[in-house]
Amino acid sequence: MSEKKAYQERVQSGVHFMAGNYATVEGAIAAGCDFFAGYPITPANEISEGMSKRLPAVGGAFMQGEDELASIFAVAGASLAGAKAMTATASAGFNYKQEGIGYASAIEAPCVIVDVQRCRGENFASQADVMQMRWGASGDYETICLAPSSVQELFDYTVKAFNLAETFRNPVIVMSETTIALMRERLEIPDPKDLKILNRRYTHQKPGEYMTYKANPNQAPDFAPLGKGYHNLYSINPHDERGGIDWDPEVFDKLYQRITGKISENKDQICETQSYHMSDASLAVIAYGSEVRPALDAVEMARAGGIKVGLLKLVTVWPVAEKQIKEVASQVSAILSVEMNIGKYSREIERVSGGRCPVHYVTKNKGSGHTKEEIYQAIKEVWK
Amino acid sequence: MIKQNPQRKHIRDDKLPHFFCPGCGCGQVLNYFLRAVDEENINLDEMVTIGGVGCTARIPVYLKTDTLHGVHGRTLAWATGIKLHKPEIPIVIFAGDGDLASIGGNHFIHAARRNLDVTVILVNNLNFAMTGGQVAPSTPSELKTMTAPYGNKEPDFDICKLAIAAGATYVSRWTTDRPNQVIKGIKDAMKHKGFSLIEIISQCPTHFGRYALDSGNPQVLLDWIKDLTLTKTQADKLTAQEQKGKFIIGEFIKEDKPVYTGSSVYKEACQ
Ligand SMILES: Cc1ncc(C[n+]2csc(CCOP(=O)(O)OP(=O)(O)O)c2C)c(N)n1
Repeated sequence: MSEKKAYQERVQSGVHFMAGNYATVEGAIAAGCDFFAGYPITPANEISEGMSKRLPAVGGAFMQGEDELASIFAVAGASLAGAKAMTATASAGFNYKQEGIGYASAIEAPCVIVDVQRCRGENFASQADVMQMRWGASGDYETICLAPSSVQELFDYTVKAFNLAETFRNPVIVMSETTIALMRERLEIPDPKDLKILNRRYTHQKPGEYMTYKANPNQAPDFAPLGKGYHNLYSINPHDERGGIDWDPEVFDKLYQRITGKISENKDQICETQSYHMSDASLAVIAYGSEVRPALDAVEMARAGGIKVGLLKLVTVWPVAEKQIKEVASQVSAILSVEMNIGKYSREIERVSGGRCPVHYVTKNKGSGHTKEEIYQAIKEVWK
Repeated sequence: MIKQNPQRKHIRDDKLPHFFCPGCGCGQVLNYFLRAVDEENINLDEMVTIGGVGCTARIPVYLKTDTLHGVHGRTLAWATGIKLHKPEIPIVIFAGDGDLASIGGNHFIHAARRNLDVTVILVNNLNFAMTGGQVAPSTPSELKTMTAPYGNKEPDFDICKLAIAAGATYVSRWTTDRPNQVIKGIKDAMKHKGFSLIEIISQCPTHFGRYALDSGNPQVLLDWIKDLTLTKTQADKLTAQEQKGKFIIGEFIKEDKPVYTGSSVYKEACQ
């Protein structure tokens, strides 16, 4: 196959040495992304740059918006037109995405938002947006947020993010970080036949029978295309199953029960974690994103010194993997919650642990990640 | 026998009465739009209509079309995403002056610059109506509004000139009391390939009328608009100073330019 031809292939199967932002691009395109809109911001620029080359070559559309609002609302529009759509930004730009995340949640437009977290105007390492991923927009809603720890996972979780977005018709956030986005690592892209790709369900009903928001409890509705006589009404205002604006409190309640319930009541299906050295552990480190890397090193250092410590990696940061965290809290005598901010998600872990064991906050807010020695030191102190 | 408006068939079931105040221009614009649709045999099933937030933004909510609604100022951003994915879908946007020229101003100038192939029907009622009559970027200087109790101290935007300067390829302005010209303008705007703006100077008796003119009577407001209206030909004979504070009506630009198909378009030769 000529190089030109290869460029037009969605799935670039094989082994690569690639920077995280490009792995995000490849993951999106492999997942079927056909619309991207972004606005320049470091350290997310390589995502726009990669998309501007790759997406038109595979038949998709690329837009550089006039700002982040343009980008996220163009994504919502494209999604409602049937596209698998994505935008990417970094923390300062993520503020502006919130308005669109609120809209996309309310009218159930599947889309993927990548936030390459950075520190206050600088490109230092950070996980300080972890709460904004969940609670940034006004109104009641649920989000799904995935936290990759490596270049490989940036690819894998971006694919997963599209699958979840399409399944639940909800925005899904890929919580990237300066650390992994700008790092080059080995990336293995599987054969197209080994990639699991999910798409939203289209309605079989005819215009007139179909109702835009009619769905089973805690499920996403079936999708109807634009411009085919379905008269979809996608208004953020409280709406009934037809989409018509309706101020009846019961209608409101039923709608929001389903919109939030499709995530919160399917938590166990959505939430993923990975355990390392947990089977006999009596101490547990819980970490997500890039902090999993020094945390695992520290756990292995401690194991070498005879400390029975394990690691729970949170693949899904939102919704909270309550079942898995509770199990860990029941098994161990203490949890160390490791994160790169002033100690935000640690409170979630403390809440879920519900007093089963103490939760120690191992936090760092200096523009750089924990070293394995720092985490090892914290483990030793708790073990004493 | 009560005769039904022939355009009633285009209105969603159970959605009347509408929520516009008596005497508001939004109902007229809805009517004019549907007359244009019928006279041109346009199939609304194939169309997407969009409203942001505001009184004007409610117009599309009544229509039997696919519709996006409910976020202030983002109409053109939505439209851009839809258009890039499904260029064949015609899009008509109903925007208030606040929605288009204040909070959505950035999207407006950039959509015009790109020559995005959509039609914008701007209902300019010279104030923020839905929120209670606050001053808008389109409120003429020195007039009183809810938040300009001593008279508006800012100059106002000429939104048509702004659109032309930014790159719009069809622009016209009319007033609600000229049904034939508005209907023709809407038809021309919808037929135009590229960014088309039709601005309709409209009456908001409930807020603008009461604050600026001390009258909630729509007729008083319509007469006031009429007295300040000049055709393009009339205006051309006047100096810039004499044109100040006037509503100049007519078609200002109509030209063909390539439409926006994305910021990056694949060229095999480049690879
Ligand atoms: C983000 C946001 N800011 C402010 C508002 C409040 N708001 C509702 S309608 C409106 C503007 C109304 O003015 P205009 O767009 O000119 O439409 P009109 O009601 O005059 O037709 C505003 C500011 C809002 N809904 N959302």
